[in-house]
Amino acid sequence: MEIIAKRPEALTKEPFHYCPGCMHGVAHRLIAEAIDENGLINEIAGVAPVGCGVFAYKYFNFDMAEAAHGRAPAVATGIKRARPDMHVFTYQGDGDLAAIGTAEIVHAANRGEKISVFFINNAIYGMTGGQMAPTTLPNMKTTTSPYGRNVEDIGYPIRVCELLSTLVAPYYIERVSLLTSADIIKAKKAVEKAIRYNKENRGFTFVEFISTCPTNWGYEPEKARQWAKENMLPFFKPGVFRDKGEGVE
Amino acid sequence: MSKILMKGNEAIAEAAIRSGCRLYFAYPITPQSELIEYMAKMMPKVNGTFIQAESEVAAINMVYGAAGSGKRVMTSSSSPGISLKMEGISYIAGAELPCVIVNVQRGGPGLGDIQPAQGDYFQATKGGGHGDYRLIVLAPSSVQEFADMASEAFDLADKYRNPVMILADGMLGQMMEPVEFKPAKTDAELQELANQHLSWCICPNADGDKKHHHEINSLELDPQVLEKHVLDLYKKYAEIEKNEARYETYNVSDDNEVLCVAWGTASRVVKSAINEVMKEGKSVGLIRPIRVWPYPYDAIKQAIGKNVKKVYVFELNSGQMVEDVKIAVEGKVPVDFWGKLGGVVFTPAEIKEKLETCF
Repeated sequence: MEIIAKRPEALTKEPFHYCPGCMHGVAHRLIAEAIDENGLINEIAGVAPVGCGVFAYKYFNFDMAEAAHGRAPAVATGIKRARPDMHVFTYQGDGDLAAIGTAEIVHAANRGEKISVFFINNAIYGMTGGQMAPTTLPNMKTTTSPYGRNVEDIGYPIRVCELLSTLVAPYYIERVSLLTSADIIKAKKAVEKAIRYNKENRGFTFVEFISTCPTNWGYEPEKARQWAKENMLPFFKPGVFRDKGEGVE
Repeated sequence: MSKILMKGNEAIAEAAIRSGCRLYFAYPITPQSELIEYMAKMMPKVNGTFIQAESEVAAINMVYGAAGSGKRVMTSSSSPGISLKMEGISYIAGAELPCVIVNVQRGGPGLGDIQPAQGDYFQATKGGGHGDYRLIVLAPSSVQEFADMASEAFDLADKYRNPVMILADGMLGQMMEPVEFKPAKTDAELQELANQHLSWCICPNADGDKKHHHEINSLELDPQVLEKHVLDLYKKYAEIEKNEARYETYNVSDDNEVLCVAWGTASRVVKSAINEVMKEGKSVGLIRPIRVWPYPYDAIKQAIGKNVKKVYVFELNSGQMVEDVKIAVEGKVPVDFWGKLGGVVFTPAEIKEKLETCF
């Protein structure tokens, strides 16, 4: 009998703790598949964030470090510099990467650290219970923007891909969506490219995933995807911002 | 090897490289800047890694990553920068990672000034970061000792898988003294050092069939499991307390009427003052803790002879070590304190004057 679908070798058997409809599991699987396909399982290390992805170190079936909030790119820098023969990635959410860890992501990208960063943007803090994120949309209600995000008071959401694209060093920057099956197939290609560039030590690679948080948005998973399609994608437009391998500068 | 005249900041950097440190991450701050500059100059020559990090916070987290990869790694800073590193230090202690942190102390609190001080004693020995943990803290009093402590610090860090702090000050960092270095580690020794942590650290999986899943982590949500982890840490700390206290005695004898306790730069001034009062026929001894955690309580207790009327603590702070001295003295004789603050360093004449009031 031919096996046509199985658990990637790069995932442990630990069941995910994520809520129904959450997209972290999809993103984990895409990364694990890309690691399998590139034959990297014996020479890769990941860095987990603080946020809903905090237990990522339990799910990936290779060496993992759990970083302090926002510090994953600095921790990954330390690992990559200590073990240049290994390949290193971070997995971070929007609060971790675009608020408390802004300095670390910008400077790791600016140094052109030869690491991959996978960035889940669901416009909210999930783990702590639905507070406003640096990527929360204008007028969007959260537990700490109960009247809606007031851009006059707290500013606009940060577009991280666009921000990092102002730097010279990054090798590959792409924003993808996980909202439909077709989007996930496109996302898989982006993840595979980031991991392949990482394997070839080409430079800093960055993939942002537009995803949802049904629990904290207060929507059914299907409605959450619809909402994200209508509200997030116009503000956070998917696309390739940098791909030095394909001549996109 | 002959002696070279060197600043303490440069000597500790050279000694760290000779001890096998090939990764160094830091951020510039006075009065330790010669250290980061020396590393910037020398690391490329030994195929090492030097990164001037975007912040103290990033630097200590780079240390976390490199230490979690089982390699000898160091960072350095001065007081305000060490405060910023405290988050990462707590994580490093919790995850039981070996590394060395150098603090070239300056006056505080806050931005304070850039003169020598000892105001970070509490931070270094009693906590600093959050949670139940301990740092091993080495306290040099000369450029030579500062340099010698590099290999000692790395060996202790590796032995106990614990962060080690070298608690110097702006005086030791800035002044030049003759220093003699130990021979540099050979390539074979470096290889051996790199292999000692392979059972737990982030490293390539050499055995393709048998996957390894090493976790570098300080998170544990189950309170019972976390409690056990912290209790295990404290078993390790008890072992360190049993084995690793170090101190120097200076002129300690049964004739002593006053016993001084001082550490680091302050102890040098106290020694000069003791030499002077001895000429007047007064007997004064000194205990100098060479390591301030674990603390040499027994040494102080034993040094209190039948004639000691007072124990006198001299520090370049507000008396942060007095509590430890009182624990050692157990109320047998009065413990007095005198110090200078804000980066002012006392003179031998001032200490002599204080000692003379005891007779």
